[in-house]
Amino acid sequence: MADSINATPESLAEQVKNAHYNQSPLQIMGSGSKSFYGRNITAIPLSVAAYSGVINYEPSELVITARAGTPLREIENLLDEQGQMLGFEPPSFTDTATLGGTIACGISGPRRPYAGAARDFVLGVTIINGKGEILKFGGQVIKNVAGYDVSRLMTGAQGSLGILLDISLKVIPKPAYEATRVLPYSHQQMNTLLSDIGRKPVPVSATLLHNNSLYIRLSGAKAGVQAAASAIGGDTLQNADPFWQQLKEQQQPFFNQQRPLWRVSLPPAAAVIPGDLVEEESFIEWGGAQRWVYSHNGKKLQEWAIKNGGHASCFRDAKRDPSLSHSADETVFSPLSPALFALSKRIKDSFDPAHILNPNRLYTGL
Amino acid sequence: MNSNIAASIRTQRLASLIPMLSKMIPEHAILSEPEQLKAYECDAFTTMRQMPLLTVLPDTIEQVQHVMRCCHALDIPVVARGAGTGLTAGAMPVENGVLLGMSKFNKIHAIDLHNRTAWIDPGVRNQAVSDAVAPYNLYFAPDPSSQLACSVGGNVAENAGGVHCLKYGLTVHNILELEIVSIEGERMTLGGPALDAAGYDLMAIMTGSEGLLGIVVGIRVKLLAKPASARVLLAAFSTIEDAGNAIAKIIGAGIIPAGLEMIDQTGIQAIEALMHAGYPVHAAAVIICELDGSVEEVEDELSSVIAILNSLNASDIQVSTNETESKRIWAARKAAFPALASLAPDNYVMDGTIPRRALAEVWTKINRLSDEYQLLVVNVFHAGDGNMHPSILFDSSDENQYQRANELATRILELCIQVGGTISGEHGIGLEKINQMCLQFSDAEINQFHALKHAFDEKRLLNPGKQIPTLARCAEFNAMHIHRGEMPFPHLERF
Repeated sequence: MADSINATPESLAEQVKNAHYNQSPLQIMGSGSKSFYGRNITAIPLSVAAYSGVINYEPSELVITARAGTPLREIENLLDEQGQMLGFEPPSFTDTATLGGTIACGISGPRRPYAGAARDFVLGVTIINGKGEILKFGGQVIKNVAGYDVSRLMTGAQGSLGILLDISLKVIPKPAYEATRVLPYSHQQMNTLLSDIGRKPVPVSATLLHNNSLYIRLSGAKAGVQAAASAIGGDTLQNADPFWQQLKEQQQPFFNQQRPLWRVSLPPAAAVIPGDLVEEESFIEWGGAQRWVYSHNGKKLQEWAIKNGGHASCFRDAKRDPSLSHSADETVFSPLSPALFALSKRIKDSFDPAHILNPNRLYTGL
Repeated sequence: MNSNIAASIRTQRLASLIPMLSKMIPEHAILSEPEQLKAYECDAFTTMRQMPLLTVLPDTIEQVQHVMRCCHALDIPVVARGAGTGLTAGAMPVENGVLLGMSKFNKIHAIDLHNRTAWIDPGVRNQAVSDAVAPYNLYFAPDPSSQLACSVGGNVAENAGGVHCLKYGLTVHNILELEIVSIEGERMTLGGPALDAAGYDLMAIMTGSEGLLGIVVGIRVKLLAKPASARVLLAAFSTIEDAGNAIAKIIGAGIIPAGLEMIDQTGIQAIEALMHAGYPVHAAAVIICELDGSVEEVEDELSSVIAILNSLNASDIQVSTNETESKRIWAARKAAFPALASLAPDNYVMDGTIPRRALAEVWTKINRLSDEYQLLVVNVFHAGDGNMHPSILFDSSDENQYQRANELATRILELCIQVGGTISGEHGIGLEKINQMCLQFSDAEINQFHALKHAFDEKRLLNPGKQIPTLARCAEFNAMHIHRGEMPFPHLERF
C-alpha cells in the first residue's frame, strides 16, 4: 500500500503510534527486494516505498541525503553523473531496491574491506521509533560525536529499532582507473599473497577466489594501478566491470542454486572451512573475510564460524534447510551469547517497548 | 550538594567500599589521600574540577569486574579515566564517586600480521600502537593532536578523530572488537576479528559513549599499510573566501587528501612565534594539504592541487620533499593550541562541525561575534571534514570575561547547528558542552538517549551527569537562553 497519503513522516508516525497503542506488530516494507533475508515474520505491512526522493546532494560536500524509499539505482545514477559513488558498493539484487532497505539490511559489496561497510558511510538518520516519535540522530557532517551513535546502530538492525526515514551518507569519488588481475591461486596461495600486499600500499579494491582463480581489482590513479598490477603478476581480466557487477548482484551461476546459501563472515586469514560442513567449494570475497557456501549443516557451520572468530548466517532459502526446520528459524543468524542477547533485548526495549517493529526478524525476542 | 550531607555520604561510602574493594584490590592500587587524589580531579579541561571519593588503579580485568560489582552493589558512581587528555571534563570525577584509572592496562598483547590487527589494552598510548607496528610497515590511523599522550581506550570513549579523518575515518572506523565490563561486572565481547558481527552494531554505540555504557578493557584495532608517498603542501591566501573555495575545489576535483587544514591569521602568527616553521605571517589564512598514496598517485594529485591553488591566487606555496619537511609543517599545526597559550591565560577550544559550504559564512559570523563579545577568537580548522576548532581567548580570573567566553561559545555552537552542523566533531560532550546538547536535540531525542543508557546501566552509575543532559537541565538552560535573547547581553554595558 504505497500510496502517497501514507508517505509523510507524520502519517507514518501516526500509524506506528496506533500500532504501539494496539500492540499490533508491523512489517516494514521498502520494495521487498530483500524479503528473503532474515527470519520470516507475520505482521501488518507498513510500506515506506512512497517516501522517496533525494533531499540534498552537493558533490563538493561528499554527502547525499535521501528518503528511505528512494530507489538505490536513482541514487547511484545521480552520484555517477558527478563522478562519485557509494563506497560500500551495495548490491541491489533487483531494480527496485530502496535506500532504506539497503541500510536496514546493512549489506555491503566487493569494496567493503578496502573502503568500508554500509555503517561506515552512514552519517545521520531520521527515524520513527516504536512509540511513533520522529527522531533525528547524527547529521550531514563527517565528524559528529554529539550523543550516542544511533545512526550506525540502525544500520543492519533490519528495522527492529526504528523505521528509517531520511538517511545521510558519505560518498566517495569514483576511482580514476581500475584494472583486474587473475591468478591461478589456491586458498593458501591467496592468503600468502594478500597478507604480503596488505602491508604494502597496494590499491586493492576487491578480491574473489573461485575455482582456484584469484581475481584482484585495483583502483586509483592510472599509473599507480598499472604499477601494482604488474607487480602482482597474472593476467588482465578483460571486461572487468560487468564481472564485478555480476558478482556484487550475485548473478553468477554459483548463486543460482536451489539450496540454502550461507554467508560466513570470518577474519580474512581464517582457516579453510572444513569440507564436511559445506557442499562444494565456496565463493570467497573480501580477501577471505566473506565466504559464500552451500550447506545443509547450518548449526555446525555456525559453531565452526564462531570458534574461528566470525559468524554465519543463512542468507537465502532458510526454509529449504532441513537442519533449520526443527528450530523455528532460530539459526538464520549466529546465536548471540546470553549476555549479549540480554543487552540487545534491552536495547530493543528502549527503542520499541511494545516490540511492534519487525519483531523476531533478527532473533526471537528482538 | 550540602557539604555536611556530602561529607557524611563520603564517610559512609568509604567505610563500606574500602573493605569490599580490598578483598581483590591490593592496598597500593586504592588511592584515598587528598594529595594522591589531586592528580585525578580534572582532565585536560582544567576549569572544572572535582575530587573523587577514591581512585582505584586495577591491573587485571578481574579487578575491574570486582570494582564494578562493589560499586554496583553500593550504588556508587564510577568514572573511567584513560590518560586524562580529554577536553570536555568527561573524565572529571563525580562527587563521592570512584575514579577508575585504566593506566596500568598498557600492553600490546598481539599483533596479527595476516589479518592486520592488534589486540591491545585500553591504556596503551595512541602513538605507541603505530610505533609498535611500524617495523611491519603498518600504522593505526586515528591521530588526535594529543596522540603522544592519549590512550586508545580514551579514543574509543570519545570516538577520537585527528587530522586524517576525511580519508581514514574516525576511531569507530578503525576498531573491530571491544571487550567491555558492564556496570554489573559482566565481561562482554562486542564486534569480533571478522569484518562484521551478528546482531546489533554494538561497536557503534559503544564508540563515543564517553564511559556512560561500560568500561573498555580490550581493543582490537585495525592496522593500515603506510602509504608509499606522502607530501604536505602549505599555501597562503589573502582572503578567507579564496581559502574556502580552494578547499571546495580540491574535494570537488575528486581528490581526497589525507589531511586538509586551514588556519587564520592570528593562529598563523601564534604558531609561527612558537614554532618558527616558516608559516607566512601576513596571510589571512593558510591551508595545509597532505596527499598520500602511491608515488604516481601523489604526483598526479599534487599537480592538480597546485593548479587549483594558483587559480585562486594562492601565494607562498611550499611542498615538502621529504618526511622531515612534512613533519615540520604538521608539528607546527599540531602545536596550535600550546601556541595560543602565549596569547591569553585561558583558551576555550571549541569543536563544532559544519558542512564545508558554510565555511566562509560561519567564519565571517564568528569574527562578528568576536567583535560583539570583545574576545579574540582564533580559527584552526580541520577543513577537509568540516570540523572547526575556534578558540576563544580569555582570562578566567576575570569573572566577566569568563561569562562572556561561555556565552560566546554557545553562540558559536548555535551557529554550527543552524548551518546543519553539530556541536562536537571529535572532542565529545562531557560536562563542557552538556547544555548545548539541549540546542541540538529535542526532548524526545534526549529521552531516547536516556532509554538507551538505561539498557546498559539501569542505576545510572557510569559517568553520571555527563554527555546527555536531563530534561530538567535543558528546560532551565533553554529558559535562560531565551531570556538572553530578549535582553541582549546586559553585562556587556559595563565595558
